[in-house]
Amino acid sequence: MKNLNFVLKKLIRMLLLLAAVSVAAFGLVSLSPIDPLQANVGQAALGSMSEEQKDKLKSYWGVDTPPVERYLNWAKDFVRGDMGVSLLYRQNVSDVIAVKLVNSLFLLLFAWVISGVLGLALGILAGVNRGRWPDKAVKVYSLTIASTPAFWLALLLLMIFAVWLKVLPVGLSVPIGMEAESVTFLDRVRHAILPAVTLSITGVANIALHTRQKVIDVMESEYVLFAQARGESTWQIIRHHCLRNILLPAMTLQFASISEIIGGSVLVEQVFSYPGLGQAAVTAGTGSDVPLLLGITMITALIVFAGNFLANVLYGVVDPRIRRGGERG
Amino acid sequence: MEEKILLEIRNFSISFTQYERGLRQKELTVIRDLNVRVRAGELVAVVGSSGSGKSLLAHGILGILPYNSRCEGEILYRGEPLTRRRLKKLRGREIVLVPQSVAYLDPLMKVGRQVRSSRKDAESKNRVKALFRQANLPENTEDKYPFELSGGMARRVLVSTARMGQPNLVIADEPTPGMHLDAAKQTMQAFREMADGGAGVLLITHDLELAVETADRIVVFYAGETLEEEPASAFMQEETLRHPYSKALWRAMPAHGFASAPGSQPYGADRPEGCIYGPRCPEYTCACGAEIPFVPAGEGWVRCLRCVEQGEGGEET
Repeated sequence: MKNLNFVLKKLIRMLLLLAAVSVAAFGLVSLSPIDPLQANVGQAALGSMSEEQKDKLKSYWGVDTPPVERYLNWAKDFVRGDMGVSLLYRQNVSDVIAVKLVNSLFLLLFAWVISGVLGLALGILAGVNRGRWPDKAVKVYSLTIASTPAFWLALLLLMIFAVWLKVLPVGLSVPIGMEAESVTFLDRVRHAILPAVTLSITGVANIALHTRQKVIDVMESEYVLFAQARGESTWQIIRHHCLRNILLPAMTLQFASISEIIGGSVLVEQVFSYPGLGQAAVTAGTGSDVPLLLGITMITALIVFAGNFLANVLYGVVDPRIRRGGERG
Repeated sequence: MEEKILLEIRNFSISFTQYERGLRQKELTVIRDLNVRVRAGELVAVVGSSGSGKSLLAHGILGILPYNSRCEGEILYRGEPLTRRRLKKLRGREIVLVPQSVAYLDPLMKVGRQVRSSRKDAESKNRVKALFRQANLPENTEDKYPFELSGGMARRVLVSTARMGQPNLVIADEPTPGMHLDAAKQTMQAFREMADGGAGVLLITHDLELAVETADRIVVFYAGETLEEEPASAFMQEETLRHPYSKALWRAMPAHGFASAPGSQPYGADRPEGCIYGPRCPEYTCACGAEIPFVPAGEGWVRCLRCVEQGEGGEET
């Protein structure tokens, strides 16, 4: 009963969130100063068109429909499961997103796992050795990276590995001029390495710094003092007490970082011309492709929400205070 | 007798470096010139009210003080200095701590596993079960998490940690508060048994009554200083006590009128010159403004000029 309530509450919250996000996203696009006709057709082509042709284009891009009506039309279809047709790609939004998401998923998953594992390890290393050189090294790395824009880091890696060393491709997700059938999985991996590494490097910094602080809190706790007083070695303390107690905050961090990684992927995919969800979002935004932009916004919001929801559920499974405390009511 | 002294703490001080307003550093002394001796088979109680620095004494002996603290003086174990390296080998085996509260248990680990230090062998498991049964804990306590224990149960679990091995020296930090009188007495009895079994027990407590009942010797601790050390029997009557603070403590016991002395214990920075009890002492004279030595008196030791003047004094340490 309690669990059902919990899920129901979360579900309602999710619906409210999606509604709010769609309104906000739509409102922002409506306020955008970009004229879809000029942006997508071009000033010169527009000048040579007849009024009739222009009117046709206007209705295609929805310029002459009031925003509220357009939003309601979109929402009505969305509720029925129809995300509409992308104005730029002239395909169903769901199909476009499916293709782009698969491309991005590799980047996102790679960055998510690497930043989580590496961030946790570095954070523990720093926290346990607080004030000594491993801590200082991790801190310098993390603070430097945390204050470095992701796109700049992407450019730097691009210059080093693609331009100077020529070991990795400059951009895109597949080799240029190759038939789709002859592209191997390895080709795809090679193209994804640089953007994925960029995302990981930035993600690691954040997680390492947060984990370090948690580890310091745990290492200063009374139960670690007592473990020391009982003769447990530093390694035993890390294994028995430290990992156990930073697991919960680490989980929260890890699931919260999903949103940051998706956000970062928008910039990074742009730099590497990687045809993923992030790049599609930029294209949709600058091209006034409202259905596509809203579709992407909804999907990413859902992914982020699902991440947080999962963290909440896992909390109940992992933390005995919630698990057993709940049983007793 | 000398070779049987297990733990000897000589002129021991603990101070903290604190930053106040900007970058100005300040030394805050919380324990000053402390002297305690524990012999094998003896239960010594350090009695003081809360805020007197008692817990820090326990942490100081076991080397688990925070990083911004500094210790001075000597700690000898079996006649040899208790260095960090030696301590690392001894603690948890020969020297054990019974900490103050449930906060000293890992909140996410079952208590049974904590008591046996994550050892997995059947022998350890059985030992934990036996110890818990001995401490009158319910059958399945080892599978409980700390948050599922009552305060009294948690304390009994903490005491059990000390009995896992065969310790020679037990440092117990406030093991009884929050317990029923019966449970508290039972816990004290457990320490008495450990002492009778040959271990030295240093018990840090605020409960003079329980201490008088079970301890061999009592050290009166006030604002980080030892004021008097006497055999427990001296605390049966007010007359056999020397220091005015010890007498005030005696009078504050429920059976002796519950009288509280005016004023409160000074803390760190507000330390008065000379006798630390001076501002509250009814017998204060101007001579008490100087440094007061801790001197032998009768069967005990005392840090008070007046008591020495009364003709029982000895020479300075």
